[in-house]
Amino acid sequence: MSTDAISPNRRAAFAVPKADKLGVIILLLAIVGIVLPFVIVRPNRIVVGEGLMIGQSLPLLEAALLYLLIGAGTVVALLRSKSLLRLLVSLVVVAALAIFVGRSATFLTPVGDTFARVSPGAGMWVLLFAFALVAADALIRLRLGPLPRVGVLLAVIAAVALILWSGVWDDLSILKEYSNRAEAFWREARTHVSLAFGSLIAATIIGVPLGVLCYQRVGVRATILNVLNIVQTIPSIALFGLLIAPLAWIAATIPGASEIGISGIGFAPAIVALFGYSLLPIVANTVIGLVGVQFAVKDAAKGMGMTERQVLYAVELPLAFPVILTGIRIVLVQNIGLATIAALIGGGGFGVFVFQGIGQTAMDLVLLGAVPTVALSFVAAVVLDAAVELVSARRGSRA
Amino acid sequence: MTTGTIVRLVVLLVLLAFLITPESFAFLFEPLTRFDAPPIYLQTSLLELTLNHLMITALATIASTIVAVGLAIIVTRPFGAEFLSLSRSLANVGQTFPPVAVLALAVPVLGFGTAPTLVALFLYGLLPIFENSLTGLTNLPPSVTDAARGMGMTGWQRLVQVELPLAFPIILAGIRVATVISLSTATIGSTVAARTLGEIIIAGLTTNNTAFVLQGGLIVGVLAVLVHDGIAGIEKFLVARSGLAQRATA
Repeated sequence: MSTDAISPNRRAAFAVPKADKLGVIILLLAIVGIVLPFVIVRPNRIVVGEGLMIGQSLPLLEAALLYLLIGAGTVVALLRSKSLLRLLVSLVVVAALAIFVGRSATFLTPVGDTFARVSPGAGMWVLLFAFALVAADALIRLRLGPLPRVGVLLAVIAAVALILWSGVWDDLSILKEYSNRAEAFWREARTHVSLAFGSLIAATIIGVPLGVLCYQRVGVRATILNVLNIVQTIPSIALFGLLIAPLAWIAATIPGASEIGISGIGFAPAIVALFGYSLLPIVANTVIGLVGVQFAVKDAAKGMGMTERQVLYAVELPLAFPVILTGIRIVLVQNIGLATIAALIGGGGFGVFVFQGIGQTAMDLVLLGAVPTVALSFVAAVVLDAAVELVSARRGSRA
Repeated sequence: MTTGTIVRLVVLLVLLAFLITPESFAFLFEPLTRFDAPPIYLQTSLLELTLNHLMITALATIASTIVAVGLAIIVTRPFGAEFLSLSRSLANVGQTFPPVAVLALAVPVLGFGTAPTLVALFLYGLLPIFENSLTGLTNLPPSVTDAARGMGMTGWQRLVQVELPLAFPIILAGIRVATVISLSTATIGSTVAARTLGEIIIAGLTTNNTAFVLQGGLIVGVLAVLVHDGIAGIEKFLVARSGLAQRATA
């Protein structure tokens, strides 16, 4: 990623206009964000709501402060300022948006009214996107290494946890949906994580040896990869559905199968389907990684008197590891998203809330399922990207 | 004609026959039904659903191609160079949104039906096409771009006459990946009432009828494989014609 960044002196050569190009986009987004409703207020959770601007949704002083912060953030984004300053200012604006949206929910909810719902409006999302964009851009320009990036991620998680703990968001609709089903939320969270990680672990245990086999026996390579490719083209909802029948049969005929939790609907078909989708990226990346090991390296290892097995374990697999890890990253992010579909066949996971929400046209409930899913895949992507970078850097210096 | 082509033609013909006269295949799906449930989905014509499915996928992929290739062109010019890393990260983050969530969240704005599905498919198509367009436009052989520059071509001429044609096979590979993903993701659109083949699968799931699930899944799977192979064939032809075979396999 860092190799794509433009060096400062080269950027200066293009600096014909004084304003930052991204800043111009941010200015436009900020204008759109301020014009659109900041929050949406509804007398109850399913009726159509009324959109309110920042000025209408907060006490005068707080609204003025928020406008001021947005304005200041936009100015900093517009000027060609230092990346660190941009990062800090944009993070302050993001935090202010997060806190004030919660404040406005408290402000707008009549005391004791448990039916009223206040949810973030389009304007809030646009503003949040705009300043998250500035922060992301500043982070890229700072060219942080993998570990500092994970550090920033941890800081953001800590900040969100702090806001949640402080209770500022308690009057927001999504947290009202949460408090109505806190127990179900954590149960589905556990299911979601075990679906995504369980299928990943199974696919790694089976997929890496399968990849090694494909690498060693060129004859079977095309067949295995083609079969896995075809699995990948089956639509997820169909694959989940198609596994119902065979698993129900296994549960009914093989003694002990149903005792260990195998049944036609629910967790079992979901995890098998996710496992099926996970195999291709892992097998393919294992093959690509192994094929990519330089011939000279393998030759040297053989010349040292290593057996085939030793060459594989001590040389080829370690050198192919970064590519295999990239496959694991793809699978994990993909599985966290796909696991939402499991809810359609009773497999649980955050998808439960999404589909319930669609059914009741209650968007807050959809958000309760969607936000944790997106957050989870985002965290997985950042952490594994950092891991891939760390591992490849280490291999690179050795090779 | 190779065996592969013949097999694909036969598969295509069988698929067409099934779409036009699904009842004549009922005996194949009969064993999968229980309690005299209908073996073939007849609420809507399969052909109509399939055409609708293909059209939604095509529209979304065309839109993502225009936007993704356009963006890739902008960020590889000097003017947009500072957006290169940012746009790449954005596309990556976009991919972390689960399709179901995108669909569900688009509903309040766009209503139930085809529109939210189009938006979700459009977003998912962006990343593969954008990534491949970037690879194609940035990994051009320097000798070629230098020669174009040396001939006195303007930036626009180099883009249209040299860079885009050379990058096209790689861009097309991205379009292929995006199309195959979209074909399968479009089925999820039926959870928000889009008229795609997912309708059959969901009808099967809700009435506990494996025959429906299999039909829907099979049609989408076969379409995906055929479209994949078709586009891959065009890529091979283009690579062979442009004499870039070595570069493409590297």
